[in-house]
Amino acid sequence: MTNSTIHPFLQVEHLARAYPSPTGGDAVTVFDHVNFRIHKGEFVCVTGHSGCGKSTILNILAGLDTASAGNVFMDGREVAGPSLDRGVIFQSHALMPWLSVLENVAFAVKSRWPSWNKHKVHDHAMRYIELVGLKGAEHKKPSQLSGGMKQRVGIARAFSIEPKMLLMDEPFGALDALTRGVIQEELLKICAETQQTVFMITHDVDEAILLSDKIMLMSNGPHARIAEIVNNTLPRPRERSAIHREPHYYPIRNHLVDFLVSRSKQFGALRDAPDAPSSPTVFDPADLVEPAASAEPETLHTPPVGKPHIHLVNA
Amino acid sequence: MKTRLSLGQKSALLSLALFGVILLVWQLATLPAAPTVAAGVDPEYAALMGGGTSNAASSFPTPAAMAQTVWEKLSDPFYDNGPNDKGIGIQLAYSMARVLAGFFMAAAVAIPLGFAIGNSRMVYQAIDPYVQVLKPISPLAWMPLALYTIKDASASSIFVIFICSLWPMLINTAHGVANVRKDWLDVSRTLEVNPLRLAFRVILPAAAPTILTGMRISMGIAWLVIVAAEMLVGGTGIGYFVWNEWNNLSLTNVLFAILMIGVVGMALDSIFGVLGKRVAYQE
Repeated sequence: MTNSTIHPFLQVEHLARAYPSPTGGDAVTVFDHVNFRIHKGEFVCVTGHSGCGKSTILNILAGLDTASAGNVFMDGREVAGPSLDRGVIFQSHALMPWLSVLENVAFAVKSRWPSWNKHKVHDHAMRYIELVGLKGAEHKKPSQLSGGMKQRVGIARAFSIEPKMLLMDEPFGALDALTRGVIQEELLKICAETQQTVFMITHDVDEAILLSDKIMLMSNGPHARIAEIVNNTLPRPRERSAIHREPHYYPIRNHLVDFLVSRSKQFGALRDAPDAPSSPTVFDPADLVEPAASAEPETLHTPPVGKPHIHLVNA
Repeated sequence: MKTRLSLGQKSALLSLALFGVILLVWQLATLPAAPTVAAGVDPEYAALMGGGTSNAASSFPTPAAMAQTVWEKLSDPFYDNGPNDKGIGIQLAYSMARVLAGFFMAAAVAIPLGFAIGNSRMVYQAIDPYVQVLKPISPLAWMPLALYTIKDASASSIFVIFICSLWPMLINTAHGVANVRKDWLDVSRTLEVNPLRLAFRVILPAAAPTILTGMRISMGIAWLVIVAAEMLVGGTGIGYFVWNEWNNLSLTNVLFAILMIGVVGMALDSIFGVLGKRVAYQE
C-alpha cells in the first residue's frame, strides 16, 4: 500500500482548462488545480453538476483533449495523446453503424494487435461479446440493437483491447432504469474478474455507490475543483438489491446528495478565502462513530465539532 | 364486387390509365387533318412549308407508326451503314463510353481531392473560391477551349463531361468527409488507428452515402450534358443522332432517340440508387 501511494497508477497534477471567452474578454477557466490519484484496480467515480468540466477531464485523460495547465501521468509516463492503454466508453456508444457487432469489436482488436490473423481476432472479439451477453447477436448491425445492447457492445469493445485503464463518460446516462441496473451489475462482475482500473463519470449517485471504490465530488464551475473525495467502504461483492441494507450506505448516499444539493455551490465562494482548502477533504464513513450522525447537513464552513469524519489530507 | 387493392396495384393501374390517356391524346392529335390549304397559295410552297396539299398525315408520327419504328430500331440496334446511318445501340454506346470516361476521370480527381478538402479547414478555404467560381460555369462553355487545346472532338466532349461531373462529387465528398461523426474519429484515435486505415475503414464508409449521392448527381448531369455536347461536336453518339435526324426531318427518329435518352438515363440513375442503398447505414 505504501508503495502504491508513492507511485500511484494514475496521477493528475494541477490540471486546468481555460476556454477563450466568446465575447473576447478574459479566458474562462472551467476547472483548475485538479489533483487526484488512482491506484491500480481502483474504480473511481466522478460526479458534479453539468459544466464543471468532468467530461473535459476525462477527455484529457483519454488524450483526446489537452489541458491548459498541469500534467497527467499514467504508469510513470506522461499522457500525451490517445493511446490503446486507455479504453474509452462513450455515452453515445460511438459504434460504427456500417459494421456489425462482431466487426465493431474486431476493429478494435485488430487495432490493438495488428499482426493477429483473422481467426485469432475473431475468437478474441467473440470472447468479449460473450462476456457482455451478446452471443447470437454478433452479426447484427447497431441499428438493430436496443440502447442497452449497443452500450454492451461499447463495453465489449473497450474491454477487448485489454487497456490498462478504462474511461467511461456517463456510459449509462441514455439508458432506461431497468436496463441500467442490469448492465451495472454486469459491469461490476466484469470489473471484478478483470481487476480493471476505471475512471467513470456519472450523475447517478446510486450508480456511483454501487460501482466505485472512491467517489470524487467536483464543485461547480467556473474554477471547479475536486472538492471532496468519498471512500466507498461498502463491502464487495455488492448487489444492487441488497446494497441499501449496508450500514454505510445511507451515510454515503446522504453525504453525496448533500454535496450535490448545497455544498457544491458554496465551494466556489470558499475557494477564494485565505484558509481555503488546497486539497480535497476526504469523507470516510468508517470514521463515523455513529452512522446516523452524517444524516445532518454538513458544510465546509462549519464542520461539526467533535466528529472527525472530515479531515484534510495532504495531497 | 369489392376487392381491396394494395397501394402498389392502385398506382400501377393509375400509371396504365395515364399511359392510355397519353396514347389517346397523341392519336387524336396526329389524326390526318382535312385539307387546309388556303386558296391562292402555291401548292408547292405549301408542301415546302410542311402543310400537306392533301389530307396526308402530319410528319409527327402516330403512336402506331412510333411503335413500329421503336420495334424496328430495337430489333437491329448495332448495324453500321456508314457515318450517317448507325444503329441506336452503337450511338448509345459511343455516348455511354464518353460519359463513363469523363465521369470516372472526374471521380479519380474529385474523391481524393474532396478527402483533402474535407479533412482540412485550411485546404478547404484555399480551394473554395475556385470551386465557387468554376461550379456555375455551363460545361458547354468550356467546349471552344477544349477543342482548341485538345484538338479532338470526341476527347473534347469527354473533357466537358469531366468538368461537369467534377463539382457535385467534389463538394459531396468534402461535405461527407468533413461531417464524419466526431465520436467515430475519437474512437479511432483512442485505438491508435493509422491514417490510411482511418481513411479507408472509418472515413470512407462513413462518408460513402454522401459521396455516392454526389456521384449520382454527377452522372445525371453528365447524361444531360453529353446530348448537347454531341450535338455540337457531331460525328457519333446519341446527341449527334438527334441532331442528324432533325436535319433529316425524321421526327419519328428524334422521338425515338428522346425515349432512349430517358430510358438510359433512368437506368444509370437506378444503378447509383442500388449502389447508394448498399453503402447506406442506419444510425
